[in-house]
Amino acid sequence: MLLAVLIGLPAVAGAVLLLAHPARGATAAGVATAAATLALAVAAAATRPASEVSLLAGIRAGFAVDGLSAVLVVLVAAVLLAALVVAAAEPGLRTGRFHGLMLVFAAAMLVTVTATTLPALLMAWEVMGATSWALIGYRLDDRVAARAGTVAFLTTRAADLGLYVAAGAMLAGGAGAMALTDLAGLDGVWGDVAVAGVVVAALGKSAQLPFSFWLSGAMHGPSPTSALLHSATMVAAGGYLLLRIAPSLEAAGWAAPLVAWIGVATALLLGLVAAVQDDLKQLLAASTCSQIGFIVLAAGTAGVSAGALQTVAHAAAKSLLFLVAGLWLATLGTRSLTGGLRGAARRHPVVGAAFTVGALTLAGLPPFGLWVGKDAVLAAALGSSPALYLVGLVAGWTAAFYSGRALWFAWQPADRPATGAAPVRIPLPAVTTTVVLALAAAGAGILALGPVRPDPAPQVWELVLSGVLAGAGVLLVWRFAERVPTPGLLDRWLGLEAFALRYVVGPVVTLGAALAVVDDRVLARVPAGAASATSRLAAVVAGHGERGVDRAVAGLADGARALGRAARRPQTGQIHQYYAQASVGFALLAALAVLVIVVR
Amino acid sequence: MLSLIVFLPALVAVALCAVPARAGTTVFASAWLAAGLAQLGLIAVVWAGLPASGYGFVERYAWIPSAGISYHVGVDGLSLPLLALTAVLFTATAVYTLRGIARPKGFVLLFLALQAVSAGLFVALDLILFFLFFDLSIVFMYFVIAGWGTGAPARRAALTFFLYTFLGSLALLLGFILLALAGPQVTFDIPTLAAQNPLAGGGGYAGLTLLVIGIGLAVKTPLFPFHTWLPPAHTEAPAAGSAILAAILLKMGTYGFVRIAMPLLPASWRQFALVAVVAGVVSVLWGALVALAQTDLKRMIAYTSVNHMGYVLLGLGAAGLITADDEQARQLATSGATYQMVSHGLITAALFLLAGSLHERGHTYEMSAYGGLATRTPRFAGLFAVAAFASLGLPGFSGFIAEFQIFAGALGAVPVATVVAVTGVLLTAALFLVAMGRMLSGDVRVPDAPGTPRPFPDLDARELLAIGALLVLATVLGLLPRVLLDVIEPAARTLGDLVTR
Repeated sequence: MLLAVLIGLPAVAGAVLLLAHPARGATAAGVATAAATLALAVAAAATRPASEVSLLAGIRAGFAVDGLSAVLVVLVAAVLLAALVVAAAEPGLRTGRFHGLMLVFAAAMLVTVTATTLPALLMAWEVMGATSWALIGYRLDDRVAARAGTVAFLTTRAADLGLYVAAGAMLAGGAGAMALTDLAGLDGVWGDVAVAGVVVAALGKSAQLPFSFWLSGAMHGPSPTSALLHSATMVAAGGYLLLRIAPSLEAAGWAAPLVAWIGVATALLLGLVAAVQDDLKQLLAASTCSQIGFIVLAAGTAGVSAGALQTVAHAAAKSLLFLVAGLWLATLGTRSLTGGLRGAARRHPVVGAAFTVGALTLAGLPPFGLWVGKDAVLAAALGSSPALYLVGLVAGWTAAFYSGRALWFAWQPADRPATGAAPVRIPLPAVTTTVVLALAAAGAGILALGPVRPDPAPQVWELVLSGVLAGAGVLLVWRFAERVPTPGLLDRWLGLEAFALRYVVGPVVTLGAALAVVDDRVLARVPAGAASATSRLAAVVAGHGERGVDRAVAGLADGARALGRAARRPQTGQIHQYYAQASVGFALLAALAVLVIVVR
Repeated sequence: MLSLIVFLPALVAVALCAVPARAGTTVFASAWLAAGLAQLGLIAVVWAGLPASGYGFVERYAWIPSAGISYHVGVDGLSLPLLALTAVLFTATAVYTLRGIARPKGFVLLFLALQAVSAGLFVALDLILFFLFFDLSIVFMYFVIAGWGTGAPARRAALTFFLYTFLGSLALLLGFILLALAGPQVTFDIPTLAAQNPLAGGGGYAGLTLLVIGIGLAVKTPLFPFHTWLPPAHTEAPAAGSAILAAILLKMGTYGFVRIAMPLLPASWRQFALVAVVAGVVSVLWGALVALAQTDLKRMIAYTSVNHMGYVLLGLGAAGLITADDEQARQLATSGATYQMVSHGLITAALFLLAGSLHERGHTYEMSAYGGLATRTPRFAGLFAVAAFASLGLPGFSGFIAEFQIFAGALGAVPVATVVAVTGVLLTAALFLVAMGRMLSGDVRVPDAPGTPRPFPDLDARELLAIGALLVLATVLGLLPRVLLDVIEPAARTLGDLVTR
């Protein structure tokens, strides 16, 4: 019951807001629903409900709140509330459409993190993708944003095909009820197929390599959307799914190392991409891929609580940073670090301070949340393979680099002389929210002492090492922030989107055009050809055939007439000729009579 | 009761003959609407009284006893959803037609006749009765396309449609005769033939019968490569005609598979099920790829119909290949195929009605002629987005439930084919999203009459009601699948038993 209300409230409220799109009051309705959802989420996390409904033949849709889900349910509701409150600062976002879509998304995300069976998970997974598309393309006149939304949806949907295949494989492998816990116990090759399908889908949704490029385009959406969907929740859903099936990854043998290495490779490479970005949102997006790489690494090394810790800490820090980026975009009109955002933190001191806390958290500096989270993940990685640990450590250092760089530009003295006009005010609720999120990001590490204790726990030397590295990274970039080289490949997000367009999309479109031509010119002409051939056949039959038959009948008549003429010839009227004819006739008859008597 | 449901629209049509043609669209369309609502009410009664197994509301009268032909009608879990779909769809198009149409009397009479004939086909339990309704539907649709389409191309498209599908129906007739002659006495009665199972041994004769019936139904469904009549027929037909053609007439083909080909020729179906699977998968990919290349909105939607019907054949073919002990997979495949029939009817009809509304305002189907419609006509854009997402199989709509069941059920039996077919889901997503990006976002652009800007109003109440009702139903069936599955699943199980015996 509690679960039904928890999921149903944002879903129904969102649908109503979408359909009714009231001119006023949408923000109030949205924020109120989000607050109620947060209360319900906390209640659900405390009471841990579970339920099941019958869906298809033998397949049920199951929902349950366990340890991992409890953390995420509260996280989703909290970030939803924060995003909607800050969104009220932007006039363009005070619509029923925006709040409705965000609420429907939140409902889908809540289903994703509480689903215990694959069909329920898949349904919510896809709905999240659809709301993401609608939110990225929120500004209706922006064709670039619409295209980015299409790229995002199609990329994640391509990856989601893995879930469809996994569902069929679960059925074929004997797990008719399709419970997620059954993934480990499927017979034969179906187990590998199912795990592979789920892994692909999770990597796609979490923008891990090679799917990372869609997150870059998603930054065209409003910043509260980036804060909720594309940093804290939807992209984390892939990591969550991998954490959920971590035992099955271990059981499959090949899956866990693959997932771990993809995670850490994404963490490193996308960290480098983030380090060279000029656009603040692009930097944060690349950073998101990188930090979620750590969650994926945790899933691959069976560090489930470490992964959960990383998810929470990252969600708090990243959503804060995105919301501040959105506020700066609304008030200063720019996202460029080297351009208009120089000294942005000085313009609104409280928000600037919150941004600083968020950036330092992201850098992995002690004692903030991501320092603890990352080290928990690296401790699990060390237990699996030292190589993973080393690469993870370097990837963590890049976080210090890019966070420090963003921070440096934000605190520079502003280029332009102070004008007479006062800076645009940021509403108090938005400011308060950023402060709350900053406290949450900073303090997320406390969770490691209680509800989300990592196992294996990081050693003291690991914590000290990573803290020193992070500090060194920030200091290094403080010195050299302006002179960071920007190789084109990193700036273009490793050229992945161009690659996908050229080698995946291009051939498909060409094939489609070729088949359309075949359909029109060849296949469609066959019945038309048959029809014209039939017409020609009819003309031939009518022309030659009919004429032939007519001529045969006319020939018969001519023959009869000729016979008649011939029959007239003997009637000459000359008696001696009649005698001659009669004697010939009698002679013939006599011969015939003799013949008959002899033969008898 | 069933005869009343079937012939009610025909009786209303006969009554409307007396009304003079100048009475106007409202009179005729309202009478049509009333007939549709009455039919829906009666179908609701039938729905409530459907027996748990076997046929319900059976009526049988002798017709041509010496040839074993009788007037035999009845419903079960496979035909009742399609019967309900018929009534819903004709009622929705009646509401849509309230907006106005040229020569309303002829239009409404033809559609009432189509309504009667379509309902009759889905409840027919005699092969010749089925064939009769099958052919009559082709005849009436020919007049709709030729009479209310756009000029000379419409007449050509109508003729192609008529001759191609009529040829298919002759193949069907040949198959029916072969089937009827196979048993101890000549009979065209479907339940009798199913019980007797005269071609249980398979072999050449049964294979030939299945081939001929298969070709006849493949032309109607339509399956690759017999689908080329569909795009011109859809493009030239009026909006209501396209909606009915896609939603109802195409289902006659797939319904023929589940009612006739599978239960009456089980051994041959099992033997040649792979052909059905391959035909289905090729249709899925061909339809999606060619739709991706289209610039004309109606042609694009027409090719997605080919794609969606391919999934149905994949499910039915896989049901023939699934071993006798894997009950759940077979159940899912057959229920999914039937669900897809209903779902595709609702969603594609909504898409065609939307295309019709667009054409009425802009006088062209070219997608490049439109832009920024989300700002100019938000209601149209919203409904189009919903219909597009429903058609590409987004969860929350009926299409997902259908496709998920088909994939889940078929993967075990035909893994490679199913994985290939799953990519069709991505292709349809691509084509709809690209179309939406082109037409809905960006700067507002609408085709103008030379000299004066043409008014481009948003959807009015009648369009909203007609299209919205269909999409609401698609959503309900997507969120509460058990409503429909409780009716389909027992019948699907019976079909599965018939196929595997």
